[in-house]
Amino acid sequence: MNVWIAIGLTVVGCYAVKYAGLLVPAGALERPLVRRLAALLPVALLAALTAQQTFSTGSALVVDARAAGLAAAGLALLLRAPFLVVVAAAVVVTAGVRALGG
Amino acid sequence: MGEKQLVTEPEIRETPAPDGRPRAAVVRDALGVGVAVGLSGFAFGVTAAGAGISTLQACVLSLLVFTGASQFALVGALAAGGNPFTAAAGAFFLGTRNAFYGLRLSQLLRLPRALRPLAAHWVIDETTAVALAQPDRRSARLGFTVTGLTLYVLWNVTTLLGALGAEAIGDTKAWGLDAAGPAVFLALLAPMLKTATERAVAALALVLGLGFLPVLPAGVPVLIAALAAPVVLWMKGRRS
Repeated sequence: MNVWIAIGLTVVGCYAVKYAGLLVPAGALERPLVRRLAALLPVALLAALTAQQTFSTGSALVVDARAAGLAAAGLALLLRAPFLVVVAAAVVVTAGVRALGG
Repeated sequence: MGEKQLVTEPEIRETPAPDGRPRAAVVRDALGVGVAVGLSGFAFGVTAAGAGISTLQACVLSLLVFTGASQFALVGALAAGGNPFTAAAGAFFLGTRNAFYGLRLSQLLRLPRALRPLAAHWVIDETTAVALAQPDRRSARLGFTVTGLTLYVLWNVTTLLGALGAEAIGDTKAWGLDAAGPAVFLALLAPMLKTATERAVAALALVLGLGFLPVLPAGVPVLIAALAAPVVLWMKGRRS
């Protein structure tokens, strides 16, 4: 049930912000500070989410095979690999390290 | 979805390009983006299944939320045991960037009022990037529509396949599939780290996100990490 509540809230919230952008008169959100903040908010969230989903299990901080997988993804990004290759690199390396007992 | 932040300071051309852009070229660009990113719905389906989200729930998310980073964030937060409100809040804040895309697109596409509620659903990183890259309004509308349609269809089909596939695979961790979520986030994040400001925000958010993880309920640390954005902006403002 909790999952459905979360899904319902996300559906409504994410659609509302998309639609709001199309409805709001131009200029309302164009203040420099608001725009800077809007650009930086995803940076903060994505950095935190990347770190958390790599280095934690539940509420414990851990370093395991996922760290190697993420390093591989980072390398793929540096080499300008396509999106799917980046994700595949992380998955394959994580699986490989686990298979080796990491 | 949303791997490239191509829309930084776009310039909206009010007048059509003299000869317009060939429709085939616009469609080719749009299909390229739509197919490449649409296929990554597979990663979402697999991640959702690994997070204990049912196939139906994963499909409802892709059909009705349709903004990749928010979807990954939501299932990640739920998997970590977050309560539905903090989990949805994280997904919502990630989705707020779409409002700014919509603002640009409404000026560029000048959609009829009746179409706006439908078009809104497709206002995401990729459709915005393709539409803004076009030289005139007609091409932008075509680019937006083809990218949106391709991505929407593929993203939903691959979500279903990913969720079903993951159930068939069994232990998704043995296959390293729990690394797909963070890799997607990293791929979304990397092109955003253009200046020292973005890097400072990312670094502070990382420290806050990990630092509060062991002591606060699941889902809350990521919201605290979001404060890195205003904090860095405020510090920058004080220094200058």
